[in-house]
Amino acid sequence: MSARLAAPAVPPAEADESRTRFVRKLWLAREFGIVVALGLLVLVTTLDNPAFLSPQSLRDLLLGAAILVVLAVGQTVVIISRNIDLSVGAVLGLVAFATGKLLSTAPGTPAVVAILAGVGLGAVCGVVNGVLVAAARVPALVITLGTLYAFRGIDHSWAQGQQINASDMPRSFLRLGTWTVLGIPVLAVIAVVVMAVVGFYLRSYRSGRELYAIGSEPAAARLSGIPVGRRVLTSFVLCGALAGLAGVLYAARFGTVDATVGTGIELQVVAAAVVGGVAIFGGSGSVYGAALGAVLLTTIGSSLAVLRINPFWQQAVVGGLILAAIGLDRLLAVRAANRLRGRSSHGA
Amino acid sequence: MARDTVAVDVPGAPAEPAAGVLRSALVRWDTALLVVLVAVVVIAGVLVEGFASGRNLQFLLLDVIAIALIALPLTLIVITGEIDLSVASTLGLCSAAMGQLWVAGLPLELIVVLVIGLGAVLGAVNAVFVTKFALPSLAVTIGTLAAYRGLAFVVLGDQAVADFPFRWTEAASGTVGDGAVPWAAVITAVLAIVFGVVLHATPFGRSLYAMGNNAEAATFAGIRVARAKFWLFVASGAVSGLAGVYWTLRFASARADNAAGLELAVVAAVLLGGVSIFGGRGTLLGVLLGVLLLGAVRNALQLADVAADTLNVVTGGLLIASVVVPNVITLTRALWRRRSRTA
Repeated sequence: MSARLAAPAVPPAEADESRTRFVRKLWLAREFGIVVALGLLVLVTTLDNPAFLSPQSLRDLLLGAAILVVLAVGQTVVIISRNIDLSVGAVLGLVAFATGKLLSTAPGTPAVVAILAGVGLGAVCGVVNGVLVAAARVPALVITLGTLYAFRGIDHSWAQGQQINASDMPRSFLRLGTWTVLGIPVLAVIAVVVMAVVGFYLRSYRSGRELYAIGSEPAAARLSGIPVGRRVLTSFVLCGALAGLAGVLYAARFGTVDATVGTGIELQVVAAAVVGGVAIFGGSGSVYGAALGAVLLTTIGSSLAVLRINPFWQQAVVGGLILAAIGLDRLLAVRAANRLRGRSSHGA
Repeated sequence: MARDTVAVDVPGAPAEPAAGVLRSALVRWDTALLVVLVAVVVIAGVLVEGFASGRNLQFLLLDVIAIALIALPLTLIVITGEIDLSVASTLGLCSAAMGQLWVAGLPLELIVVLVIGLGAVLGAVNAVFVTKFALPSLAVTIGTLAAYRGLAFVVLGDQAVADFPFRWTEAASGTVGDGAVPWAAVITAVLAIVFGVVLHATPFGRSLYAMGNNAEAATFAGIRVARAKFWLFVASGAVSGLAGVYWTLRFASARADNAAGLELAVVAAVLLGGVSIFGGRGTLLGVLLGVLLLGAVRNALQLADVAADTLNVVTGGLLIASVVVPNVITLTRALWRRRSRTA
């Protein structure tokens, strides 16, 4: 799958024309696969119950997916550089509670300030992860598993079993969760903007490209002068900040927050990225794929309900989807490798 | 730990002393864990009322048995450089199946065998994806983590089966004679010896370290990497199934959500025990000490009235410290050496 990386890394002028076309086709194939799966799912569900495509139901779908999309975008940035952040669920929970606490003690706080505070707190958590991973050079899986427990524990000892309800928070803030622009929920708009900005950064900025290089081969990236530690730190701060944003959005949408908010969501987020074609060992994938993966996972949930399939099947289906997605990625990678090998042996 | 990565990163460091330092550091890791464990037990025994009683020792052991069991095969898997995150979901699915089979009227003796067999099959599914299709085990087992937990709910729904015979549920927490050591802990210890001998005293066990350090080199050295990993995943599934039987009887309740999230606790214990997440390094004794240390700290703080959820800070802190401290020491030492050489 590192073939996808090759496209922008090779200057277009020098690139073998047919090869670029092939790489582009591959890129299309991966994101297209999810779109097709999503389309089929929506089609089948709509044939069974046309109300599935009603504006209200679509709005609910977008609302449901928005928070997972924001998390998946942040996670993608980290996974691309061959790291992982398992602490996002705990960060989301901590920030959601902090937001609730802030707004219930100071109801006059404008929503913008609440958002900035949440993003800031998330970023601080990201700095902790990033510094430990980059400076102490410890695998991210271990560190973020540790901070998952630590952040969640801080959340619990702060909350002491307390729950903050919608009635404790100002209505102007809660409106953020239900407010729509031209019929589109503002939460979904925020998610799309986040995805577009981060997607543009990864695709077009030097430091964004360097994350792919680090993920493809950390040692080579270091030797070619890329400040690996700083880039990895940045990716964790970005991921933490987005988890913080997701926490604020969670508080706005559900209105009820306690210390258990977002427990276990980290695996859903990683699943969304993997289903979206982000390679778990870095170097390839896009935030668009991850976002589509998040939408697909959310849609499965509501589709099963509409199709009157036992909702207990949902998680099993998601698991099957992850296995199918990584199997498909493997197949595409093997085929791409075979094609490239075949071409070079012909002396092209 | 990533200690060896750091050692590799230091240019010009002579290979021979580095390996020696590493070996003695590893020996020290197990010793360090033991010292910390003894210290925790002594301090808690003095300060925390009720910690040093036989009854509490029984509960402490009962609480860590599921984690200890699952950690045994997982240690071997992580040493080969793979991981199995589906263990807790396998436990849940086995527990759900156990409940459903009991409702169907099968005898418990048969059910136990069937459930452990089911665990082995679930492990084999992981193994096929990892070894036959050459997929990363992290991604595969995140997939089966969701899939097996989902199937557990399909099998049993959100109900609980709780009418297991008292004789069996009592046996699950029963002790040897009138002592404080539960039977289940004895079985766990026997299994631990089996896994320990396999890992540390057989060519197969040595080959696991070889493939964890460099799978390709191991293959060229004639080690059947795929076959070894296949059977490790099967063992992981079977032992998770056994842990499912224990969990179900201990709490006298077969539920689809039994032990949800336990995979993170097991991985934390294995890593705290000194096993490198990159493979090739670690001992079974270290892991068992890690399991006991986490269990003892949690138990003592719980007795001291610290809320269970707050304890997560301690678990997380221990895990982070266990990897960061040795790494920082190695890094500063390397920095010192470089500075003294240039001076």
